[in-house]
Amino acid sequence: MDIKWGSLGQVFVVSLGVTVAVVVIFSLGVLAASARQVALERGRPAAVPSAAAALCFGACAVIVLYGIYLIVPQFH
Amino acid sequence: MEHVTFLVIVVIITALVFDFTNGFHDTANAMATSIATGALSPRWAVAISGALNLVGAFLSVEVAKTISGGIVDDHLVSPAMVFAGLVGAIVWNLLTWLVGLPSSSSHALFGGLIGAVWFSAGSSGVHFDTVAEKILIPAVAAPFVAGFVATTATYLVYRITGRSRGTTVREGFRLGQIASASLVSLAHGTNDAQKTMGVITLTLISAGALDKGSDPPVWVIAAAGLAIALGTFIGGWRIIRTMGTGITEIESPQGFAAESGSTAVILASSHLGFALSTTQVCSGAILGSGLGRRLSEVRWGVAGRMAVAWLLTVPAAATAGALTASVATHGNIGVLVAAIVAVAVIAGIYAASRRDPVGASNVTEAPRQPSERLSAAA
Repeated sequence: MDIKWGSLGQVFVVSLGVTVAVVVIFSLGVLAASARQVALERGRPAAVPSAAAALCFGACAVIVLYGIYLIVPQFH
Repeated sequence: MEHVTFLVIVVIITALVFDFTNGFHDTANAMATSIATGALSPRWAVAISGALNLVGAFLSVEVAKTISGGIVDDHLVSPAMVFAGLVGAIVWNLLTWLVGLPSSSSHALFGGLIGAVWFSAGSSGVHFDTVAEKILIPAVAAPFVAGFVATTATYLVYRITGRSRGTTVREGFRLGQIASASLVSLAHGTNDAQKTMGVITLTLISAGALDKGSDPPVWVIAAAGLAIALGTFIGGWRIIRTMGTGITEIESPQGFAAESGSTAVILASSHLGFALSTTQVCSGAILGSGLGRRLSEVRWGVAGRMAVAWLLTVPAAATAGALTASVATHGNIGVLVAAIVAVAVIAGIYAASRRDPVGASNVTEAPRQPSERLSAAA
């Protein structure tokens, strides 16, 4: 029996790394969006949190596009 | 069309029924957490998932070279055995749906084929090494990998956003969930519809209706895509309820963490050469998201029953497949008798499900099983 422990380990490490990256970036985006709303309500400038949120969600959008690229065989 | 015999037609219809139960059974993988957290309404969730499964079916045309992928000796597999294997898989899929447990449709199909071949050609026709390598080990590994990933992700999500304002957090993660759930649905369509296309195409080739090495005809792609999409759209609400509210109470950050983890594990496993069952990955991730949030309660009774269902999938589908093969390998009459019995069993399971119907309206209410809330995770 040939159990591909190497491949299994790779799957584990890659999916852990990718998930942590996505989740951290998205959570920071949510954090920034929350800060933006608080700033807007108190009439303070919200440019910095807005930009941060846009950056984070943009990065997540890119990761989603990469996911679609991986799923669709025609792109390979 | 002189090559298309009664048996071939029965196999094609049975394959499409299996495809339907496959979509039906697996809607929960992609959509259970989105429905549970309110990211999508139940109807919208199954509609999106069904549409993406259909799209996925048309995107993937790389047909499987063999029906079983080496789990049984493919030279021994006759159309009657394929029929028996499919019947075994359908019956197991519907039984697990009746009790609301997620289980792998591919494992059920492999199990059905193993039973049919074992009955007809003896145990030497079954490659037990490959069974262990492709079914047993991944079945044990998947929930641990996905569970650990989702636990870590959930912990981080709450750590980072813990002090943000509740509504923004809830809404933000709901939107994120829709994206990851959609990716899971698309990936499902490209993988699972292809299995049915492979079964039908290989049957047509073995009957001489198609040349060796042919691509699936357009009608096969369309039929397989529509069957899986329809099954997804009808929605196996009983399984959605178990995965969405039965294993653990899910908030939207947990749902996002679980689904991101599932998506990453599914894509990594299909591209790095260690195939893991989507069902087991998604269930493991939901469990993990329950462990990752403090004060959330994991119902180990439900998780335990799920694990038992996974262990039973191959032997149970194999038994049903062998029983079917014992009748179906006796010519057209045998196939007809087996088909009639199978339809009766399916009707019986459906009738049993009507006693406690679960649909879009009550899918987010936790099942009435207070006795199972015995243990709570801190």
